[in-house]
Amino acid sequence: MPGITKDKKVPAAKHETRTVSQWSGNALSWGVADGVIELRLHRTPCNELGSASLEELEQFVTALEGMQAEAHALIIYSEMKLGFCAGADLRELYQRSQAMDKSQAVKGVRHFLERIHRVLNLIDAAPLTTIAAVHGVTFGGGFELALACDLIIADKMARFCFPELRLGLIPGFGGIPRLKRDLGNAVVRDLLLTGRSVNATKAQQIGLVSQVVGEGEALRAARATAAQLKKFDHATAVAAKKFIKPIPYEELQREIELFCDLFASPAVEAGLRKFVESTDAQPYLP
Amino acid sequence: MKTTDQTLDEILSLAAAHFKVSKEKLSPDDDFFQTLGIDSLQTLDLLTKLENHFHVELPDYELQGVSDFRTLAGKIQARL
Repeated sequence: MPGITKDKKVPAAKHETRTVSQWSGNALSWGVADGVIELRLHRTPCNELGSASLEELEQFVTALEGMQAEAHALIIYSEMKLGFCAGADLRELYQRSQAMDKSQAVKGVRHFLERIHRVLNLIDAAPLTTIAAVHGVTFGGGFELALACDLIIADKMARFCFPELRLGLIPGFGGIPRLKRDLGNAVVRDLLLTGRSVNATKAQQIGLVSQVVGEGEALRAARATAAQLKKFDHATAVAAKKFIKPIPYEELQREIELFCDLFASPAVEAGLRKFVESTDAQPYLP
Repeated sequence: MKTTDQTLDEILSLAAAHFKVSKEKLSPDDDFFQTLGIDSLQTLDLLTKLENHFHVELPDYELQGVSDFRTLAGKIQARL
Protein backbone atom coordinates (compact mmCIF):
# COMPACT_ATOMS: atom_id res chain seq x y z
CA MET A 1 0.00 0.00 0.00
CA PRO A 2 1.47 3.33 -0.98
CA GLY A 3 2.09 6.16 1.40
CA ILE A 4 3.20 4.25 4.45
CA THR A 5 5.87 6.06 6.39
CA LYS A 6 7.56 4.36 9.25
CA ASP A 7 10.21 5.53 11.62
CA LYS A 8 11.51 2.92 13.95
CA LYS A 9 14.50 2.39 16.17
CA VAL A 10 16.71 -0.51 15.23
CA PRO A 11 19.49 -1.78 17.51
CA ALA A 12 22.78 -1.46 15.65
CA ALA A 13 26.21 -1.69 17.22
CA LYS A 14 26.69 -1.76 20.99
CA HIS A 15 25.75 1.56 22.64
CA GLU A 16 24.20 2.77 19.40
CA THR A 17 20.71 3.00 18.00
CA ARG A 18 20.07 3.86 14.37
CA THR A 19 16.93 5.31 12.91
CA VAL A 20 15.36 3.63 9.90
CA SER A 21 12.83 5.61 7.87
CA GLN A 22 10.86 3.84 5.21
CA TRP A 23 8.22 4.63 2.64
CA SER A 24 6.64 2.30 0.15
CA GLY A 25 4.65 3.22 -2.95
CA ASN A 26 3.42 1.51 -6.12
CA ALA A 27 6.35 2.50 -8.31
CA LEU A 28 9.12 3.05 -5.82
CA SER A 29 10.09 2.77 -2.19
CA TRP A 30 12.81 4.23 -0.06
CA GLY A 31 14.49 3.76 3.24
CA VAL A 32 17.40 5.26 5.11
CA ALA A 33 19.73 3.36 7.37
CA ASP A 34 23.27 3.98 8.55
CA GLY A 35 23.41 7.24 6.66
CA VAL A 36 22.53 5.71 3.30
CA ILE A 37 19.23 6.43 1.58
CA GLU A 38 18.16 3.68 -0.80
CA LEU A 39 15.57 4.43 -3.48
CA ARG A 40 14.18 1.23 -5.00
CA LEU A 41 12.33 1.28 -8.32
CA HIS A 42 9.76 -1.49 -8.71
CA ARG A 43 7.15 -0.67 -11.30
CA THR A 44 6.44 -3.44 -13.83
CA PRO A 45 7.62 -4.15 -16.43
CA CYS A 46 10.76 -1.98 -16.29
CA ASN A 47 10.07 1.17 -14.24
CA GLU A 48 8.58 3.19 -17.10
CA LEU A 49 8.30 6.78 -15.94
CA GLY A 50 4.74 8.06 -16.21
CA SER A 51 2.54 10.33 -14.13
CA ALA A 52 2.17 7.87 -11.22
CA SER A 53 5.93 7.33 -10.96
CA LEU A 54 6.52 11.07 -11.20
CA GLU A 55 4.15 11.74 -8.30
CA GLU A 56 6.07 9.27 -6.16
CA LEU A 57 9.42 10.73 -7.25
CA GLU A 58 8.11 14.14 -6.18
CA GLN A 59 7.23 12.69 -2.79
CA PHE A 60 10.72 11.25 -2.63
CA VAL A 61 12.52 14.55 -3.28
CA THR A 62 10.30 16.24 -0.70
CA ALA A 63 11.25 13.57 1.83
CA LEU A 64 14.87 13.77 0.70
CA GLU A 65 15.17 17.26 2.18
CA GLY A 66 14.37 15.83 5.59
CA MET A 67 16.53 12.72 5.20
CA GLN A 68 19.60 14.64 4.00
CA ALA A 69 20.42 15.68 7.54
CA GLU A 70 20.97 12.07 8.57
CA ALA A 71 22.55 10.74 5.37
CA HIS A 72 25.75 11.02 3.39
CA ALA A 73 24.80 8.91 0.37
CA LEU A 74 21.87 7.99 -1.84
CA ILE A 75 21.69 4.79 -3.88
CA ILE A 76 19.10 4.38 -6.62
CA TYR A 77 18.49 0.88 -7.97
CA SER A 78 15.83 -1.27 -9.58
CA GLU A 79 14.20 -4.45 -8.33
CA MET A 80 12.93 -5.28 -11.80
CA LYS A 81 14.64 -8.13 -13.65
CA LEU A 82 14.63 -6.39 -17.04
CA GLY A 83 16.72 -3.51 -15.87
CA PHE A 84 17.12 -0.17 -14.17
CA CYS A 85 14.52 1.79 -16.14
CA ALA A 86 13.21 1.65 -19.71
CA GLY A 87 12.51 5.39 -19.77
CA ALA A 88 9.37 7.45 -20.23
CA ASP A 89 6.02 5.67 -20.33
CA LEU A 90 5.46 6.14 -24.06
CA ARG A 91 2.06 4.44 -24.00
CA GLU A 92 0.76 6.90 -21.43
CA LEU A 93 2.34 9.80 -23.30
CA TYR A 94 0.73 8.72 -26.57
CA GLN A 95 -2.69 7.96 -25.09
CA ARG A 96 -2.86 11.21 -23.15
CA SER A 97 -1.78 13.28 -26.12
CA GLN A 98 -4.43 11.57 -28.28
CA ALA A 99 -7.16 12.57 -25.87
CA MET A 100 -6.58 16.31 -26.39
CA ASP A 101 -5.82 18.80 -29.14
CA LYS A 102 -2.23 19.48 -30.13
CA SER A 103 -1.73 22.68 -28.15
CA GLN A 104 -3.17 21.10 -25.00
CA ALA A 105 -0.98 18.02 -25.53
CA VAL A 106 2.15 20.17 -25.80
CA LYS A 107 1.11 22.10 -22.71
CA GLY A 108 0.65 18.83 -20.81
CA VAL A 109 4.04 17.55 -21.95
CA ARG A 110 5.69 20.80 -20.90
CA HIS A 111 4.12 20.56 -17.44
CA PHE A 112 5.31 16.95 -17.08
CA LEU A 113 8.83 17.87 -18.20
CA GLU A 114 9.05 20.82 -15.82
CA ARG A 115 8.02 18.58 -12.93
CA ILE A 116 10.48 15.81 -13.74
CA HIS A 117 13.27 18.33 -14.34
CA ARG A 118 12.64 19.71 -10.87
CA VAL A 119 12.95 16.20 -9.40
CA LEU A 120 16.13 15.36 -11.31
CA ASN A 121 17.69 18.76 -10.60
CA LEU A 122 17.15 18.20 -6.87
CA ILE A 123 18.74 14.75 -7.07
CA ASP A 124 21.59 16.15 -9.19
CA ALA A 125 22.34 18.91 -6.67
CA ALA A 126 21.54 16.98 -3.48
CA PRO A 127 24.15 17.50 -0.73
CA LEU A 128 24.91 13.79 -0.69
CA THR A 129 26.94 11.51 -2.89
CA THR A 130 24.44 9.88 -5.20
CA ILE A 131 24.98 6.51 -6.85
CA ALA A 132 22.92 4.83 -9.57
CA ALA A 133 23.39 1.06 -9.31
CA VAL A 134 22.19 -0.14 -12.70
CA HIS A 135 21.63 -3.40 -14.53
CA GLY A 136 19.94 -4.36 -17.79
CA VAL A 137 17.92 -1.78 -19.68
CA THR A 138 18.94 1.79 -18.80
CA PHE A 139 17.23 3.66 -21.60
CA GLY A 140 15.94 7.15 -22.27
CA GLY A 141 14.48 8.61 -19.08
CA GLY A 142 16.11 5.82 -17.09
CA PHE A 143 19.49 6.80 -18.48
CA GLU A 144 18.64 10.41 -17.58
CA LEU A 145 17.83 9.43 -14.00
CA ALA A 146 21.21 7.67 -13.77
CA LEU A 147 22.96 10.73 -15.26
CA ALA A 148 21.55 12.91 -12.48
CA CYS A 149 23.57 10.82 -10.01
CA ASP A 150 27.22 11.47 -9.14
CA LEU A 151 28.37 7.92 -9.88
CA ILE A 152 27.02 5.11 -12.03
CA ILE A 153 27.94 1.60 -10.98
CA ALA A 154 26.93 -0.88 -13.65
CA ASP A 155 26.35 -4.60 -13.74
CA LYS A 156 28.16 -5.91 -16.82
CA MET A 157 24.77 -6.71 -18.36
CA ALA A 158 23.67 -3.05 -18.22
CA ARG A 159 22.87 -1.34 -21.51
CA PHE A 160 22.55 2.40 -22.07
CA CYS A 161 20.66 4.10 -24.85
CA PHE A 162 19.00 7.32 -25.93
CA PRO A 163 16.58 6.01 -28.57
CA GLU A 164 14.56 9.24 -28.80
CA LEU A 165 15.77 10.35 -32.22
CA ARG A 166 14.49 7.06 -33.57
CA LEU A 167 11.02 8.34 -32.62
CA GLY A 168 11.52 11.88 -33.92
CA LEU A 169 12.28 13.29 -30.48
CA ILE A 170 15.19 14.24 -28.29
CA PRO A 171 15.74 13.18 -24.67
CA GLY A 172 13.58 15.45 -22.53
CA PHE A 173 14.42 14.68 -18.90
CA GLY A 174 17.70 16.61 -18.90
CA GLY A 175 19.82 13.99 -20.64
CA ILE A 176 21.45 16.21 -23.22
CA PRO A 177 22.83 18.93 -20.90
CA ARG A 178 24.00 16.28 -18.42
CA LEU A 179 25.69 14.20 -21.11
CA LYS A 180 27.39 17.36 -22.42
CA ARG A 181 28.52 18.17 -18.90
CA ASP A 182 29.95 14.72 -18.27
CA LEU A 183 31.30 13.46 -21.62
CA GLY A 184 33.18 14.57 -24.70
CA ASN A 185 31.00 16.02 -27.44
CA ALA A 186 31.93 13.32 -29.99
CA VAL A 187 30.60 10.68 -27.62
CA VAL A 188 27.45 12.70 -26.99
CA ARG A 189 26.87 12.95 -30.73
CA ASP A 190 27.41 9.22 -31.16
CA LEU A 191 24.90 8.31 -28.45
CA LEU A 192 22.26 10.85 -29.43
CA LEU A 193 22.50 10.98 -33.21
CA THR A 194 22.70 7.22 -33.78
CA GLY A 195 20.31 6.24 -30.98
CA ARG A 196 22.34 3.06 -30.54
CA SER A 197 22.68 1.24 -27.26
CA VAL A 198 26.04 0.59 -25.65
CA ASN A 199 27.04 -1.97 -23.05
CA ALA A 200 28.56 -1.30 -19.63
CA THR A 201 32.13 -1.91 -20.77
CA LYS A 202 31.81 0.65 -23.54
CA ALA A 203 30.04 3.03 -21.14
CA GLN A 204 33.00 2.78 -18.78
CA GLN A 205 35.49 3.33 -21.62
CA ILE A 206 33.79 6.59 -22.56
CA GLY A 207 33.74 7.82 -18.97
CA LEU A 208 30.08 7.38 -18.22
CA VAL A 209 30.33 4.52 -15.75
CA SER A 210 32.47 4.55 -12.64
CA GLN A 211 32.65 0.80 -11.98
CA VAL A 212 31.61 -2.28 -13.94
CA VAL A 213 30.84 -5.29 -11.76
CA GLY A 214 29.59 -8.85 -12.26
CA GLU A 215 25.99 -9.78 -12.87
CA GLY A 216 23.81 -8.97 -9.88
CA GLU A 217 26.63 -7.17 -8.06
CA ALA A 218 25.85 -3.49 -8.73
CA LEU A 219 23.90 -2.88 -5.53
CA ARG A 220 26.54 -4.60 -3.40
CA ALA A 221 29.26 -2.49 -4.99
CA ALA A 222 27.19 0.68 -4.51
CA ARG A 223 26.69 -0.14 -0.83
CA ALA A 224 30.42 -0.77 -0.40
CA THR A 225 31.13 2.60 -2.04
CA ALA A 226 28.59 4.33 0.20
CA ALA A 227 30.19 2.72 3.26
CA GLN A 228 33.57 4.11 2.21
CA LEU A 229 32.12 7.61 1.77
CA LYS A 230 30.85 7.56 5.34
CA LYS A 231 34.47 7.85 6.52
CA PHE A 232 34.83 11.29 4.92
CA ASP A 233 33.95 14.63 6.48
CA HIS A 234 30.43 15.32 5.24
CA ALA A 235 30.79 19.10 4.89
CA THR A 236 33.94 18.64 2.80
CA ALA A 237 32.23 16.08 0.56
CA VAL A 238 29.29 18.44 0.03
CA ALA A 239 31.60 21.39 -0.76
CA ALA A 240 33.65 19.26 -3.18
CA LYS A 241 30.54 18.08 -5.01
CA LYS A 242 29.22 21.61 -5.35
CA PHE A 243 32.58 22.73 -6.79
CA ILE A 244 32.96 19.74 -9.15
CA LYS A 245 29.43 19.37 -10.47
CA PRO A 246 27.73 22.43 -11.94
CA ILE A 247 24.04 22.10 -12.75
CA PRO A 248 23.42 23.37 -16.33
CA TYR A 249 20.08 25.03 -15.50
CA GLU A 250 19.97 27.24 -18.59
CA GLU A 251 20.58 24.37 -20.99
CA LEU A 252 18.10 22.20 -19.13
CA GLN A 253 15.42 24.83 -19.74
CA ARG A 254 16.40 25.05 -23.41
CA GLU A 255 16.05 21.29 -23.69
CA ILE A 256 12.44 21.54 -22.50
CA GLU A 257 11.74 24.21 -25.12
CA LEU A 258 13.27 22.16 -27.92
CA PHE A 259 11.45 19.01 -26.84
CA CYS A 260 8.11 20.82 -26.85
CA ASP A 261 8.79 22.33 -30.29
CA LEU A 262 9.57 18.89 -31.68
CA PHE A 263 6.68 17.21 -29.89
CA ALA A 264 4.22 19.26 -31.92
CA SER A 265 5.49 17.78 -35.21
CA PRO A 266 3.46 15.12 -37.07
CA ALA A 267 6.54 12.86 -37.24
CA VAL A 268 6.45 12.37 -33.47
CA GLU A 269 2.81 11.35 -33.42
CA ALA A 270 3.41 8.88 -36.25
CA GLY A 271 6.53 7.49 -34.59
CA LEU A 272 4.87 7.09 -31.21
CA ARG A 273 1.80 5.48 -32.76
CA LYS A 274 3.89 2.89 -34.61
CA PHE A 275 5.86 2.14 -31.46
CA VAL A 276 2.86 1.91 -29.14
CA GLU A 277 0.66 -0.07 -31.50
CA SER A 278 3.38 -2.52 -32.54
CA THR A 279 2.92 -6.10 -31.44
CA ASP A 280 6.17 -7.22 -33.05
CA ALA A 281 8.87 -8.83 -30.97
CA GLN A 282 11.07 -6.03 -32.28
CA PRO A 283 8.95 -2.90 -31.75
CA TYR A 284 9.07 -0.11 -34.28
CA LEU A 285 12.37 1.69 -33.96
CA PRO A 286 13.78 2.79 -37.34
CA MET B 1 40.51 -16.05 -36.00
CA LYS B 2 37.28 -17.95 -35.42
CA THR B 3 35.44 -19.44 -38.35
CA THR B 4 31.78 -18.53 -38.89
CA ASP B 5 30.81 -22.04 -37.80
CA GLN B 6 32.71 -21.62 -34.52
CA THR B 7 31.07 -18.25 -33.94
CA LEU B 8 27.67 -19.74 -34.64
CA ASP B 9 28.30 -22.62 -32.27
CA GLU B 10 29.36 -20.25 -29.50
CA ILE B 11 26.27 -18.11 -30.05
CA LEU B 12 24.05 -21.17 -29.69
CA SER B 13 25.86 -22.15 -26.47
CA LEU B 14 25.54 -18.65 -25.02
CA ALA B 15 21.86 -18.36 -25.93
CA ALA B 16 21.10 -21.79 -24.49
CA ALA B 17 22.89 -21.01 -21.24
CA HIS B 18 21.42 -17.53 -20.84
CA PHE B 19 17.83 -18.48 -21.56
CA LYS B 20 18.16 -21.87 -19.86
CA VAL B 21 17.22 -24.09 -22.78
CA SER B 22 18.96 -27.17 -24.09
CA LYS B 23 21.45 -26.32 -26.84
CA GLU B 24 20.20 -29.34 -28.79
CA LYS B 25 16.85 -27.60 -29.14
CA LEU B 26 18.42 -24.69 -30.99
CA SER B 27 19.38 -24.74 -34.64
CA PRO B 28 21.18 -22.10 -36.73
CA ASP B 29 18.16 -21.11 -38.79
CA ASP B 30 15.71 -20.90 -35.91
CA ASP B 31 13.82 -17.67 -35.35
CA PHE B 32 15.28 -16.95 -31.93
CA PHE B 33 12.34 -14.79 -30.89
CA GLN B 34 10.05 -17.78 -31.33
CA THR B 35 12.38 -20.56 -30.24
CA LEU B 36 13.51 -18.78 -27.10
CA GLY B 37 10.16 -17.05 -26.55
CA ILE B 38 11.83 -13.67 -26.05
CA ASP B 39 10.94 -10.08 -26.88
CA SER B 40 13.12 -7.19 -27.99
CA LEU B 41 14.18 -6.19 -24.45
CA GLN B 42 15.28 -9.74 -23.68
CA THR B 43 17.15 -9.80 -26.97
CA LEU B 44 19.22 -6.90 -25.66
CA ASP B 45 20.45 -9.22 -22.91
CA LEU B 46 21.58 -11.66 -25.56
CA LEU B 47 23.27 -8.84 -27.48
CA THR B 48 25.18 -7.79 -24.34
CA LYS B 49 26.21 -11.39 -23.67
CA LEU B 50 27.49 -11.70 -27.23
CA GLU B 51 29.36 -8.37 -27.14
CA ASN B 52 31.01 -9.31 -23.85
CA HIS B 53 31.91 -12.79 -25.06
CA PHE B 54 33.27 -11.83 -28.49
CA HIS B 55 34.67 -8.44 -27.39
CA VAL B 56 32.89 -6.63 -30.19
CA GLU B 57 30.43 -3.77 -30.44
CA LEU B 58 27.33 -4.51 -32.41
CA PRO B 59 25.07 -1.50 -32.93
CA ASP B 60 21.51 -2.65 -32.32
CA TYR B 61 20.27 -1.03 -35.53
CA GLU B 62 22.40 -3.54 -37.46
CA LEU B 63 20.24 -6.23 -35.94
CA GLN B 64 16.94 -4.76 -37.13
CA GLY B 65 15.21 -7.57 -38.99
CA VAL B 66 17.71 -10.20 -37.85
CA SER B 67 15.89 -13.06 -36.20
CA ASP B 68 17.96 -16.20 -36.83
CA PHE B 69 21.23 -17.34 -35.27
CA ARG B 70 23.05 -17.82 -38.59
CA THR B 71 22.52 -14.22 -39.73
CA LEU B 72 23.45 -13.02 -36.26
CA ALA B 73 26.69 -15.02 -36.48
CA GLY B 74 27.49 -13.32 -39.79
CA LYS B 75 27.01 -9.88 -38.21
CA ILE B 76 29.39 -10.76 -35.38
CA GLN B 77 31.90 -12.41 -37.68
CA ALA B 78 32.12 -9.17 -39.67
CA ARG B 79 33.34 -7.37 -36.56
CA LEU B 80 35.88 -9.91 -35.26
